[in-house]
Amino acid sequence: METGFFSRPRPAPLAPAEEAAALKAARGLLAARLPSSRRGFLRRLTLGGVALLSGCSLRGDDGGDSVEQALMAISRFNDAAQGWLFDPAALAPTYPGSMITRPFPFNGFYPEALAPVVDEADYQLEVRGRVADRRPWRLAQLWALPQQEQITRHICVEGWSAIGRWGGVPFADFLRRVGADLGARYVGFECADGYYTAIDMPTALHPQTLIALSYDGQVLPRSYGFPMKLRIPTKLGYKNPKHVRALFVTDRRPGGYWEDQGYNWFGGL
Amino acid sequence: MSAPAASPALPAAPVHAAWLRLCHWANALAVVLMMASGWRIYNASPLFGFTFPPGWTLGGWLGGALQWHFAAMWLLVANGLVYLAAGIAGGGLRRRLLPLSPAGLGCDLRAALRGRLQHPQAGRYNQLQRAAYLFALAVLAVLAMSGLVLWKPVQFELLRGLLGGYEAARRVHFFAMAALLAFVLGHAALALLVPRTLVAMVRGR
Repeated sequence: METGFFSRPRPAPLAPAEEAAALKAARGLLAARLPSSRRGFLRRLTLGGVALLSGCSLRGDDGGDSVEQALMAISRFNDAAQGWLFDPAALAPTYPGSMITRPFPFNGFYPEALAPVVDEADYQLEVRGRVADRRPWRLAQLWALPQQEQITRHICVEGWSAIGRWGGVPFADFLRRVGADLGARYVGFECADGYYTAIDMPTALHPQTLIALSYDGQVLPRSYGFPMKLRIPTKLGYKNPKHVRALFVTDRRPGGYWEDQGYNWFGGL
Repeated sequence: MSAPAASPALPAAPVHAAWLRLCHWANALAVVLMMASGWRIYNASPLFGFTFPPGWTLGGWLGGALQWHFAAMWLLVANGLVYLAAGIAGGGLRRRLLPLSPAGLGCDLRAALRGRLQHPQAGRYNQLQRAAYLFALAVLAVLAMSGLVLWKPVQFELLRGLLGGYEAARRVHFFAMAALLAFVLGHAALALLVPRTLVAMVRGR
């Protein structure tokens, strides 16, 4: 599930009272769906977990932390395993238009009303890091590049999935055009709603990884990530950032909003 | 192993070799971890009209449950492969779980229903036991395969097609879990009813 959070909400079209109500709702949602931060989850092991681990030193914080560290280390190992399993030529399945999920679900940690409002006139895509040409891109310039379409399955880390139709610029074409160092290891993304994530270079160069500018034949709507999102059918939803306003090529592994809380970094399918 | 070496009488061989007992309990641990974390993952997006009580689950939240699930999977798979390799190479798997015939199964089933099914010797299995253990092995294989499809639906294309796609694999994974749970409950109940089998699985005899 692609998600963002509202550290930088842009609730321009909302009246103050509405905004307050929406924020309150969003906080409630956050509290309900994120019952514990990364710190908290081991203390909430509950019956099954406590019974299981009663032999381990889980009484104090140190015990909890060491279990947590071991799990994180295995998650790192799973990143490597997934990088090794990843076949750059293996394509995600595509579907006929009749199978598109309608309505395609909105994903976000805020109510739909709090999705950031990005003004096309002000919008610039920043390009940083190991890239030859770091000039920012206007939306019209992105639209002027050769486009491609795909009908693929979006799979959320929660388990559900939905089929959608995205159009846009193959990300590999874009990276070559700006002279990105294709031998670098990662591409990171920063979003207008404060969300951030990153992917490995082999996935960035995968033929189905798109700078998505349209959804189902229409300009990408605000709910789905206007003005542009990364559509990556070989990654779980939280690796498909919306409202992207900056990207950078780097060898230092960037974190992610969810990844920093414990979701697997690679998040590959 | 600790039996006196020069004993003239046949030193009773352990009912279960040490490696087998180790595999059994490692598998039991892996299954409990996988199931409890899997229930928490299920709760994030329930397939059916119910969720598992949070108190029965492991991980505290989706991210924690996923970490447990994708850590315990290595234990489950590695241990399962060791068990299969040793069981096949040593012939134990075939010797203990085969032959199994529909006629024999029917005979033992009727005996069981009349309360007359025998399990006279630990380590020698009647037809119902053989069927149950083979069933558990098959279900574990289905769980591993459907789990691979859910983890890597793009990379394991062939397996995904075999299971009917990602969404079908979710259901296969769920029902295989339910089948394994049914086995575990029955297995544990019977082991408690005949405690010497439990002792044999701990101490070897």
